Amino acid sequence: MTKIKLAEKTIELIKSVCTQFGNKESELINVLHQIQSKLGYLPAEVQEVIAAELNMSVAKVYGVVTFYSFFTMLPQGEHPISICMGTACYVRGGEKVLHEFKRHLGIEVGQTTADGKFSLSCLRCVGACGLAPVVLVGEKVYGRVSPQQVSKIIAEYQEGCVNVQTA
Amino acid sequence: MAEFNTHILVCGGTGCKASQSDLLKANLKNRLADHGLQNEVQVLQTGCFGFCEKGPIVKIQPDNTFYVSVEPKDAIEIVDEHILKGRKVEHLLFKDPKNDKRVDDSKQMDFYKKQVRIALRNCGFINPENIDEYIGNDGYAALGTCLENYKPTEVIDLIKKSGLRGRGGGGFPTGLKWEITNKVEADQKYVVCNADEGDPGAFMDRSILEGDPHSVIEAMAICGYCIGASKGLVYIRAEYPLAIKRLKVALEQAAEYGLLGKNILGSDFNFEIEIRYGAGAFVCGEETALIHSMEGLRGEPTFKPPFPSESGYMGKPTNVNNVETFANIPPIINKGADWFASIGTEKSKGTKVFALAGKINNVGLIEVPMGITLREVIYDIGGGIKDGKEFKAVQTGGPSGGCLTKDFLDTPIDYDNLLAAGSMMGSGGMIVMDEDDCMVSIAKFYLEFTLDESCGKCTPCRIGNKRLYEILDKISQGKGTNEDLDKLRLLSQVIKDSSLCGLGQTSPNPVLSTLDHFMDEYVAHVDHHKCPAGQCKALLSYHIDEEKCTGCTLCFRNCPVGAISGEKRGPHYIDQSLCIKCGICLEKCKFDAVKIA
Ligand SMILES: Cc1cc2nc3c(=O)[nH]c(=O)nc-3n(C[C@H](O)[C@H](O)[C@H](O)COP(=O)(O)O)c2cc1C
Ligand code: SF4
Ligand code: FES
Repeated sequence: MTKIKLAEKTIELIKSVCTQFGNKESELINVLHQIQSKLGYLPAEVQEVIAAELNMSVAKVYGVVTFYSFFTMLPQGEHPISICMGTACYVRGGEKVLHEFKRHLGIEVGQTTADGKFSLSCLRCVGACGLAPVVLVGEKVYGRVSPQQVSKIIAEYQEGCVNVQTA
Repeated sequence: MAEFNTHILVCGGTGCKASQSDLLKANLKNRLADHGLQNEVQVLQTGCFGFCEKGPIVKIQPDNTFYVSVEPKDAIEIVDEHILKGRKVEHLLFKDPKNDKRVDDSKQMDFYKKQVRIALRNCGFINPENIDEYIGNDGYAALGTCLENYKPTEVIDLIKKSGLRGRGGGGFPTGLKWEITNKVEADQKYVVCNADEGDPGAFMDRSILEGDPHSVIEAMAICGYCIGASKGLVYIRAEYPLAIKRLKVALEQAAEYGLLGKNILGSDFNFEIEIRYGAGAFVCGEETALIHSMEGLRGEPTFKPPFPSESGYMGKPTNVNNVETFANIPPIINKGADWFASIGTEKSKGTKVFALAGKINNVGLIEVPMGITLREVIYDIGGGIKDGKEFKAVQTGGPSGGCLTKDFLDTPIDYDNLLAAGSMMGSGGMIVMDEDDCMVSIAKFYLEFTLDESCGKCTPCRIGNKRLYEILDKISQGKGTNEDLDKLRLLSQVIKDSSLCGLGQTSPNPVLSTLDHFMDEYVAHVDHHKCPAGQCKALLSYHIDEEKCTGCTLCFRNCPVGAISGEKRGPHYIDQSLCIKCGICLEKCKFDAVKIA
């Protein structure tokens, strides 16, 4: 894997977040949350800076990043698509919807399309089980999604207009 | 401040927000302002009303009118008709499916009639972002009573007497847990609220935090007073942004009012609360894993003892309770242990909140007295099975639980009965399944979840579950043998007996319980290579009945891969080599011409 060189600004940002949490090892998860929310993902280079700042081994940081599914080492697509795979959505056909997304985008869960527009992930229950099956695109929630609606949802974002009505 | 005489309550739970309840609220406010009513009618956003199926919900007080499925555009009619002219908007009232009559008061709805709301007492009634409304509903009275009138041990005795058991799944007596932590000597102790809610398909704890965060804060402070802790921590999933926001607002307000901080209510009791974020790991709901995660480590469980009550967060005595457990505390103190103990069954007191979902008409959040039967929950509150299908099973306890079948419809629900029936109370997920659900697939679904979530520390859980999954997969492909069925059972038992934490110990439950109750379905897959529910793709193919096909072309137009051909008004055919078995044609056909073979 080729190494990315972090911009000076990014390194400053990481350092300032670490300082904000007192450079304490026990604050690692909070630090990771903050940095991921700012940078979008946590590549190895970022983890190295964090490890140095918190005075711990990179292996430990890596261990934590890979343990929790919320943290990602890969950049997300411009429009991250998440399919709810909680039980309520599953029994109401979430798997079929997921299948359609995979087919239309030509990617697997955890991947991003070549043009960087969409990435696909699964999550467990967003708390809108009444609207099952549920799909999230960015922060927008789509409820009662049928496999036939999948292409329409994708098209919305391809043209760059966001106004299709659902549920 | 303006004196409002009418209040419009708009649901601000996650489900209703997803259906544009924010826009609805804004529209209501604008319309009121158009009529110059902004100082007489207040629009409030509350927590979840529970009736998520028909969201967004709007309730008007004082007359208690309950509107369902309200769209942003309906704001004008609500203001112009109901508020201005006092005429109810008929078409937004709930229609009772039994007699097609419109019901205008939520108290008359079957969905609410059998519910008893203790933990959810304020959800949907107050604005969760305004501490005054909580205080106006007996809020922080319990904390005041404890600090003024009771010694810590007296409060603990009261909780013990109430019979309250932990709502996080295990059902450990709460008073006893507090007592144990109280007795340990230490310079620092911690109160932890477990808001990790990992069960996929459950949203009880989040709804409480979104709808009534102060009740949890108040209870944590009471717990701190009882066990001698000055610090509390809430461990909450980062995936719950709204609950986090409301909790933060509530913490600030409580501190401002002197209900958190130093010398609370003039006493010498100090207590503060911090928030810690989970990062998407189910195993972190297990208390030792949760504590490691709060310390910034990988959330791997460790052996008990030592229990957290002896050595928990930062090695200090720590009392971990679930969100719903905490939400029950203030009412117990306000209304007395006897009142609480009068609700429920002999060994399970009080109520339980369930997230009712799946193939049921009224999906939503419900709170019912312990001892209610499944039949009442599913048919009276839940309104029966969707689309008139036949009930098959209900799954409780999430990935650690099991399925209950028709035979258990009249069993009173409590901790012990559910265990005896091969399931468990769990944290409150209740998923209803109908004739179209394949039980082999359901077992496989839960196993897949466990595989994802096992922390990998113990071999039986990490590898054993993988093997279980592979066998199930083989069966769902029609390639299983009778020997595989025996292996499933044996391996399940080994995993249960030899895993370290609750996750591994309970992970084979969905397999065992489906084997016990739905052996015929396993046999159909293995011996006859058939999936009776028509779910296992490898075992089915779609065909069109020439006699019934009218050539309407609906299937042809909907097939996502163009596998269907035929002349208009003539019979259609499915090309098996192209068909991806998505089942859309079956769903779409109005003439019952698509068949599964
Ligand atoms: C794998 C696993 C997951 C758990 N998940 C949760 C959870 O999401 N929420 C929760 O409150 N308790 C969960 N528990 C139970 C906790 O370990 C603990 O018993 C509980 O928080 C204690 O609180 P209570 O006595 O108030 O129920 C889980 C246990 C296990 C073994
Ligand atoms: S049983 Fe599974 S989840 Fe629990 S500690 Fe062992 S490997 Fe981890
Ligand atoms: S299971 Fe999908 S929103 Fe709850």
